[in-house]
Amino acid sequence: MNKFYLSSLLAVLVLALIAWVGAPALPWLFGIVVPYLAVLCFVVGVSRRVMGWSRSAVPFAIPTTGGQQKSFDWIKSNKIDNPSTKFAVVIRMALEILTFRSLFRNTRMRMTPEGRLAYNMEIFLWAGALAFHYAFLTTLIRHMRFFLEPVPWCIQLIENVDSFFRVEISYNPIQFGLPGIYMSGLVLLGAVIFLFLRRVLLSKVRYISLASDYFPLFLIMGIAFTGILMRYFNKVDLIAIKELTMNLVTFKALLSFKVPAGISPLFFIHLLFVSTLLAYFPFSKLMHMGGVFLSPTRNMTANTREVRHVNPWNYPVKVHTYAAYENEFREKMFEAGLPLEIMPEDSTAEEGKE
Amino acid sequence: MADETPKAAQLLAKINYTPQAKQWMDVPVQIRKGMYCYAGNPKSLEYLGFPNARQWNPVEEDWKLPENWQQILHEGFKERLERFRSIKVFMDICVRCGACADKCHFFIGTGDPKNMPVLRAELLRSIYRNDFTTAGKLFGKLAGARPMTLEVLKEWWYYLFQCTECRRCSLFCPYGIDTAEITIFGRELLNLLGLNIDWIATPAANCYRTGNHLGIQPHAFKDMIDFFCDDIETITGLKPEPNFNMKGADILFVTPSGDVFADPGTYTCMGYIMLFHYLKEKYGLKVTWSTYASEGGNFGFFTSHETMKRLNAKMYLEAKRLGVKWILGGECGHMWRVIHQYMDTMNGPADFLQEPVNPITGTKFENAKSTKMVHIAEFLADLIKHGKLDLKPERNDNKILTFHDSCNTSRGMGMFDEPRYVIQNVANHFYEMPANTIREQTFCCGSGSGLNAGENMEQRMAGGLPRANAVKYVHEKFGVNMLACVCAIDRAALPPLMQYWVPEVQVTGLTELVANALVLPEEQERTTDLRGEPLPGMEEADE
Ligand code: SF4
Ligand code: SF4
Repeated sequence: MNKFYLSSLLAVLVLALIAWVGAPALPWLFGIVVPYLAVLCFVVGVSRRVMGWSRSAVPFAIPTTGGQQKSFDWIKSNKIDNPSTKFAVVIRMALEILTFRSLFRNTRMRMTPEGRLAYNMEIFLWAGALAFHYAFLTTLIRHMRFFLEPVPWCIQLIENVDSFFRVEISYNPIQFGLPGIYMSGLVLLGAVIFLFLRRVLLSKVRYISLASDYFPLFLIMGIAFTGILMRYFNKVDLIAIKELTMNLVTFKALLSFKVPAGISPLFFIHLLFVSTLLAYFPFSKLMHMGGVFLSPTRNMTANTREVRHVNPWNYPVKVHTYAAYENEFREKMFEAGLPLEIMPEDSTAEEGKE
Repeated sequence: MADETPKAAQLLAKINYTPQAKQWMDVPVQIRKGMYCYAGNPKSLEYLGFPNARQWNPVEEDWKLPENWQQILHEGFKERLERFRSIKVFMDICVRCGACADKCHFFIGTGDPKNMPVLRAELLRSIYRNDFTTAGKLFGKLAGARPMTLEVLKEWWYYLFQCTECRRCSLFCPYGIDTAEITIFGRELLNLLGLNIDWIATPAANCYRTGNHLGIQPHAFKDMIDFFCDDIETITGLKPEPNFNMKGADILFVTPSGDVFADPGTYTCMGYIMLFHYLKEKYGLKVTWSTYASEGGNFGFFTSHETMKRLNAKMYLEAKRLGVKWILGGECGHMWRVIHQYMDTMNGPADFLQEPVNPITGTKFENAKSTKMVHIAEFLADLIKHGKLDLKPERNDNKILTFHDSCNTSRGMGMFDEPRYVIQNVANHFYEMPANTIREQTFCCGSGSGLNAGENMEQRMAGGLPRANAVKYVHEKFGVNMLACVCAIDRAALPPLMQYWVPEVQVTGLTELVANALVLPEEQERTTDLRGEPLPGMEEADE
């Protein structure tokens, strides 16, 4: 048993318990104060991180070149993986961020019993990660209906598309009266479980995993799970929830400090999980969301011999000059017939003068 | 090769890719013979003005560190976080997805989990979290943080000198995290405490003083080149007269000194001499060598950014002094990473040079417009494309070739098709290694970044396993017997690697192949190649 994932799991369970017990007693704390603090923490934390990164200098242009450079017009260059224009960099970054291009390259190394190495395509991590991120994004957008009144058409559209892939459950008693099932919620839960299993089952990944890798996974698992529970199994009072969320975004909650009655503790667990995720975000590896934009191996043009990159802190250094070199080796250079700046006789004459 | 180095089969049998059940922080470092390089000679450190020069031994308990070494590291770390966004971002955003884990040749060759790029970086990240992040301070080990101890320092040293800065990991990382960059930074920190290896420190010191890594003094450098000219005369009947330190030459030529010194690099060096002789006779091109800037390689790059700059400065200084138009660079890997991505920034702008134009073909090297330095493979490809070289590729017919992309010219430059174009025009039998082992996915020779010493032979043979394995594949499938490359370290490192894993395969530089095929004006009929081996069809004539 691994204390890293146990402690993370425990932390998430404790959070749930706190919300379960605490929310009915102190709804204003869990419904208003904690969410506000979490959002504040998120906004301030993320900006500080990003500003911290941008404050650091970029002394050298160090793009990782993943394809043929631009040299002659008769050699086809790889414009995306070895971008020589700003526009190409934008394409490279966009593909990286939207399609996880580098991860798509992933291979799995294997050694056969005869000692031959083989590298096979490995797309599961890519597929899992992509499913996870897009499901998360869709869920997030879908939740905008709680913060906007009237609900804009684009969000309606996403909802419709999302539930268009309706999962048919033919078991009648369940299907009866069920709202359309959102793919995104299920995919999110499935993907996060996949990412977790991968972490515990693959020995190499388990070896490198820290508590800070398991914790967000459990948290997101918890969020997805409580979300699905609320929607399909333990119907909650949507009207009351929407009233609360609208009060939160319009800051009315700050004045009234009232949480509408009748919201189930399940919702507060969901909300505390989300708040924790937000507050935790800037201090964790989740910052990769922002960092990927600033990664110098990906976001720089690779035309480094064509255009000079300037290092803001470039400073002069001590170098061994030609003059010092010739002074040391003059006699030998002379004997070998190498050209000289100062002939040996002149140099001795000069030394004599000193 | 050292006798203690395990045999190939033993080395293979030792590899186990399943890490221990323990957490990695609880596995103490074991500095093992054959897997590390000797400590830097204090004289070399002193010559370069590095701190804490002293005699020390990595396997001894006491590393003779300055009293406040932790503070030195902490401050060095802090300062560099501000200077290098790369480091700051890479410290923060790794998600430990493991995509990079099995991409490193040292992991593949040793199975040591701390050779997974992500863990190599975590060795430093754990200290970063402890010293610089709130989460690390609050949650300690749970957040992956740990304090700096002597144990940790030894672990850093051991694993940072088990990375060849090849960047293969960075290609696969979804955020482009470049463990090579982290190694460069980590080694820079280690240098603050005088913890270098001798195979880096001494060449760097030599280079600073004499202009080249081997410490060859000017007259000896000239002697060696003259000696090659005698050999060329034996083979072709013509004796080239190369220019040295020549003012007013068209082009300054800079290449790694390794090629002047050891086989099979020497044949590549002969190739350069013959090429320049040809261009002089046919087109009147004046190329000069320099004894002052007689090193293209830059072991400063494996030491610190500052040392890199100090050693690199000579190229522009010499080009300016001699008044050449632009600089031509020979075959080398890390030399080209430095030229392509650092030189102009560090020591430029080179506004005293001209935008490089090939005077023979009129081609403008647009891609080298600012740095004003052209790669010999680019230069050759351009000459061949315009039909300016008189070639007899059949002279290379007994060579069944494959091509090893150097890490640096691949992932730090992207030069793939130029050398291939040249090879295919000077030889008739060429086969590629499997796709996952070439071009941007190429595997390191296992000895890059200053690790090509003698005492760490086991490390080198293990690190070179993936490369050798791919060569073995084409050897068995197509009968490949010659591995071509464009790097001087490769030419030093690949022969023993081949000897170890695929003894039937030899190693050649690109320009050697060109010179074999090149027909010099008024040469005698050649019976041997540059190595003195009979040319195809001349086996009878020999003797
Ligand atoms: S691939 Fe990148 S993010 Fe994934 S473990 Fe390696 S360095 Fe970290
Ligand atoms: S740069 Fe190369 S040697 Fe270093 S960790 Fe990455 S793959 Fe391994």
